[in-house]
Amino acid sequence: MRYDGVPRIVSKLLIPLILLFGLYVQFHGDYGPGGGFQAGVIFAAGFILYALIFGLRRCREVLSDGFVRIMLAAGLLLYIGTGLASLWLGANFLDYDVLGHDPVSGQHHGILLVELGVGITVAGAMLAIFFSFAGRDETGFSGADDAEAEAEAEAEAEERERAETGA
Amino acid sequence: MTLAIHYPALQVVLPLLAAPLCSLMRGRDFAWAFATLVSWLAFGIAVALLFAVRADGAISYHLGGWEPPWGIEYRVDALGSYLLAIVTLISAVSLSFARLSVAREVRQDQHALFYTMWLLCLAGMLGIAITGDAFNIFVFLEVSSLSTYALVAMGGGGDRRALTAAYQYLVLGTIGATFILIGIGLIYMMTGTLNILDMSERLPAVADTRTIRVAAGFLTIGIALKLALFPLHVWLPNAYTYAPNAVSAFIAGTSTKVSLYLLLRFSLTVFGPTFSFGKLPLNEILAVLAVAAFLIFSALAILQENVKRLLAYSSIAQVGYMVLGISFASVTGLTAGIVHLFNHALIKTGLFLCVACVAYRIGSVRITAMAGLGRQMPFTMFAFVLGGFGLIGVPLTAGFVTKWYLIMAALEAGTSLGLVAAGLVLVSSLLAVIYVWKVVESAYFRPAPAGSPPVREAPLALLVPTWALILASIYFGIDTRISVGVARDAAVALLGGIS
Repeated sequence: MRYDGVPRIVSKLLIPLILLFGLYVQFHGDYGPGGGFQAGVIFAAGFILYALIFGLRRCREVLSDGFVRIMLAAGLLLYIGTGLASLWLGANFLDYDVLGHDPVSGQHHGILLVELGVGITVAGAMLAIFFSFAGRDETGFSGADDAEAEAEAEAEAEERERAETGA
Repeated sequence: MTLAIHYPALQVVLPLLAAPLCSLMRGRDFAWAFATLVSWLAFGIAVALLFAVRADGAISYHLGGWEPPWGIEYRVDALGSYLLAIVTLISAVSLSFARLSVAREVRQDQHALFYTMWLLCLAGMLGIAITGDAFNIFVFLEVSSLSTYALVAMGGGGDRRALTAAYQYLVLGTIGATFILIGIGLIYMMTGTLNILDMSERLPAVADTRTIRVAAGFLTIGIALKLALFPLHVWLPNAYTYAPNAVSAFIAGTSTKVSLYLLLRFSLTVFGPTFSFGKLPLNEILAVLAVAAFLIFSALAILQENVKRLLAYSSIAQVGYMVLGISFASVTGLTAGIVHLFNHALIKTGLFLCVACVAYRIGSVRITAMAGLGRQMPFTMFAFVLGGFGLIGVPLTAGFVTKWYLIMAALEAGTSLGLVAAGLVLVSSLLAVIYVWKVVESAYFRPAPAGSPPVREAPLALLVPTWALILASIYFGIDTRISVGVARDAAVALLGGIS
């Protein structure tokens, strides 16, 4: 789909907006509708759209499998870490009151951190699911040949493109 | 010590925190060593909670500082703390066993994820036992179930039938979880609360509505699916047979136990004995299914050629004993059911570990392949014999304690149905003699097949955890002060309404 003008240009316009909207839903979640789960899904949708239009390989260059795995763990760790921080400060697990100078700002910080954790893990999970399904060929095995074949086809196509523009 | 007041939260948080860390670990045995350490720590916390509850009564912990019934409450009572101790003990021992066994059965690149899943599963089951919030129970149930499906599927590295077994378990387990959620939703609709204690207080006022009766139906069926109570047991034999051996040992000792806990929690704490056993005929239904379960599956176990499958069938039968105990609706009956949670966990996990030792050395778990092993692997096979005694219920083993209380409860009930059930328990025990004997006969009385390579005894790293559980099952057959004591406390608390 990389060579179809309309989807390519529209997605290039949309992707930054999708990511921005994801961040809005994330950080505005405590005032309005939204929160970490929805934000994570929206944010991941931006990357998934990119992968659909420009190819899985290019998307994986930015977000490697190892990085996605770290995202999965990091969000959960941030969530639990917030809980342990309040435990450390002498309150019950996940009691945000002690996280700020007064209970109101404490609640504010707490929910922001916890939701950020949820957002990171959900985005990671969405990407991991997409990558593992999209990374399979028709026989159902995720083979290394797949990536190589794609890279070859791409190099060929780029050459053709160059030849066309040169002509 | 100030940390001690946070033990209820740490009990769940510790494995939950360890799981993501574990997934990031590299290197051969780091993930295993870390998971094992965490599991033993969790066991330490569970024991501390068990003694704290025995000394001072139930502990309530308010998550996030929100008072129940608005906030989520963690509540550790006699039954809950008993289950926490069982689950953490079984997890710690089977993890100590797991390193060599898993290294052989699970793909190298999946090891870190394997132990991550294990810790998540542990966290989920501990959460179910500790939380005092009905919706929270569902969430933790999903955490533990989803990770169990993945653990079973990881047996696919060696035997691709593990994948279909995991898929079957996933479909049936999800139906069960959905039914449980529908049940909780219906109760919430009528009582407007999710806190279990609050629910049990508000329920009698609305107990005569169809909604509550439907809720009881959904919950009972959903839990029975998770519990593998006959005739909803279909997922269990395949899941136990094709899972990696260490996982079979772990889930055989924990997952059905947690489901039995849910059955007790919902039918007795939430609905209350007068509703479940008075207005609804739950005890009669359970008694019939339980008797059918242990008769049919003790008989079917005799026909099995695969020892893991044989043990799985025997597990379905043993679930029958536990449920029969509950169905007497008396303190003695419930004590029998609850103490069998513990006894069966020790015995069955011990036996699965024996089988895992055999699989480690000869690569097969078929009865015919075990011919002559009595001489070649004397320690492993003797552990199997002692564990088998436990399954049969020979005196001085933990299995005997359960059957003693079961038959006492049946005689106490004094009904003709109770007496018949007591007789059938004895019949089922005789059937257990036959299926245990089949393995013993093959191992001790058949010569090793001619030309087969010599087999060495299993390594010490596998034998020590196996024997620890088998010896524990003998110990708790003799000294029942703690195991029966806590079970009786729990039974009295659960039946508070009528006795």
